[in-house]
Amino acid sequence: MKKLLSIALVLCMVLSLGAVSAFADDTVKIGMVTDVGGVNDKSFNQTSWEGLQALAAEDSRFEVNYLESKTDADYQTNINTFIDEEYDLIICVGYMLADATREAAEDNPDQLFAIIDDSSCADLPNVACLMFAQEQASYLVGLVAGSVTESKTVGYVQGMVSDSMNLFGIGYITGVLEACPEATVLQYNANNFGDIAGGSTAAKDMITKGADVIYQAAGGTGIGVINACDEEGIWAIGVDTDQAPLAPDHVITSAMKRVDVASQDISKAVADGSFAAGVHLYDLSNGGVDLAPTRDHIPAEVLEVVEAAKAAIIAGEKTVPTTVADCPAFTLGA
Amino acid sequence: MKKKSFLDSVADSTFIQILISIILGFLVGAIFLMIMGLSVGAAYGRLINSVTSLKGFSYVVVYSVPYIVAGLSVAFSFKTGVFNIGAEGQFVVGSMAACVVSILCPNIPKPLLIPLCFLAAMAAGALWGIIVGFLKTKWGINEVLSMIMFNWIAFYLSNFIAGLPAIKSEGSAEATKNIAANASMLFSKDFIKRVGLCPTANWGILVAIAMMLIVWFIIEKTTLGYELKAVGSNKFAAEYGGINVNRSILTALAISGALGGLAGALQLMGMGSRISIFSSQEGFGFAGIVVALIGVSNPFGVFVSGLFYGALMYGGSKLNLVGAPTQLINVIVGTVVFFIAISVIFKNLNRRRARANRNAEAAIDKRASLQKEDKK
Repeated sequence: MKKLLSIALVLCMVLSLGAVSAFADDTVKIGMVTDVGGVNDKSFNQTSWEGLQALAAEDSRFEVNYLESKTDADYQTNINTFIDEEYDLIICVGYMLADATREAAEDNPDQLFAIIDDSSCADLPNVACLMFAQEQASYLVGLVAGSVTESKTVGYVQGMVSDSMNLFGIGYITGVLEACPEATVLQYNANNFGDIAGGSTAAKDMITKGADVIYQAAGGTGIGVINACDEEGIWAIGVDTDQAPLAPDHVITSAMKRVDVASQDISKAVADGSFAAGVHLYDLSNGGVDLAPTRDHIPAEVLEVVEAAKAAIIAGEKTVPTTVADCPAFTLGA
Repeated sequence: MKKKSFLDSVADSTFIQILISIILGFLVGAIFLMIMGLSVGAAYGRLINSVTSLKGFSYVVVYSVPYIVAGLSVAFSFKTGVFNIGAEGQFVVGSMAACVVSILCPNIPKPLLIPLCFLAAMAAGALWGIIVGFLKTKWGINEVLSMIMFNWIAFYLSNFIAGLPAIKSEGSAEATKNIAANASMLFSKDFIKRVGLCPTANWGILVAIAMMLIVWFIIEKTTLGYELKAVGSNKFAAEYGGINVNRSILTALAISGALGGLAGALQLMGMGSRISIFSSQEGFGFAGIVVALIGVSNPFGVFVSGLFYGALMYGGSKLNLVGAPTQLINVIVGTVVFFIAISVIFKNLNRRRARANRNAEAAIDKRASLQKEDKK
């Protein structure tokens, strides 16, 4: 009996040793390339990097690193640095890296890539395109805006007109008009993601015209929108991350895109050997997009409406339009 | 005559001063690394490793080309008494001009299109310089002030052009279309793979070398260069000597601007292949100022310091991989420039002290001779 026990113990030890060494060999190296916004952009790059850091902290198999791009020409260099260092997965943050990713992916068919917010590389066998159903989250914040507006006038500032950016506006306006059919939606295309002053001016113009809730999908320009709303004391709606900390008293909610979750998922998939190329869609049903957790300012009855709509979308009973044709009130896309 | 002390000879040799400044720069960088609790060996080892392989070195050369030519632009302006802080704007309009030409006329054969793009870039950069020069010579508006403003005009002009339907990328990218294949200076993919160079290896360095020689020739071997230098060292003396000062300033700014514009074209046609819609200034022109300072405005010095700067930029981008912040490079470069500036001050002080000494000796001699005469 004693002998048996000792053999079992020895076996245990050997096996666990084996497990440990297998662990060490299994290091999965994940490299992230930022766009020119840098890693502290309070948006995409930052969220994605925080997601990867959290992953590395909880699972020692992962070794994560990032390279910042200072100019447009750095994308390719940075991607190639990770290729030379034999990283298992290279995550390219943002559609600005689409061309560089395509080129590198075609030249290095054995290297795995993931790109956030771009589907143009979906035809490549080694690139996973992480896409977000931004219209769903925008629809939910639209419901909030339509419900809380007293002047029946709400605003919307967009960073640029493109098919993927238009989804924000289409979802939002659909939501607003569903909650308040007689509402007017003031719309503005800033054509710039980095113009804080311009965002602020646009928002103040809308406030003069009576808007009392403004949603923005415009990166840095949107920060100007939030600042103006904070000064003028009206509601602002954040985007991408929970932007409540920017103006705790006046950001009513945010339409979140869980870039961090997406980065973690694809990293885990590489580690498990289940990496799949093509489009990965993150929507309400898998928690890829949602209202931000900060919801203190939303009245309880409005929150109920939103939760009901969310459940309906997840259940497939309701779909949010994705084309300009289905949302004639959206005028920026024309 | 008094024998030169070691310190005096150090103060006299520009080369040694720069070398010491660079060493001090790395020392300060090391101190920062130690304060942050990071391994100095790992960070600097990484820096050296990443630039010494063939592939790494080819990256360094590719990165250096725009820095060298922008550096020549600023150095040329220093030699001629104006401060071209507008290289940034000239760089931007130059690269945009080359970009527009290559996108609009993609079918011109390579041997014609590339020089045409260069010419367009140089013309745009020269124009950007001449406007500022005109403001200076006509109304006496300080060129530094108007150049800084013209940098922003160039910035927004470039963003405007990049957004035009004929120029903007057809995909979702916020950038121009890629330049025509005929305007690309890249080596062929096969060649790059066979030799093991970096994917953006191109022959821009040859243009940089040619520009270095041309700038040296203009400054040192031509009447034009002599006039420009004369205006640079003393405007009033030059005018008294019969040199048209206003025309000199305009010429200097035009040549300097043309070099700035060419740097933009080289970066575009060698590395970038497209121009993104900027959210912030990319800083190639400002880097040119640093390169010109480290190279003490000497064309050959600028060439070497451009390579040095390119190496820091490329090697520095990889510092993250060993856990060191890439900003360390800014600390090093800033320190180097700081010490070079200090060495200039010391040199001037030294000169002043020497002159004071000479004056004092002369006064003593004079008094002695006067006393002698008195005795007679």
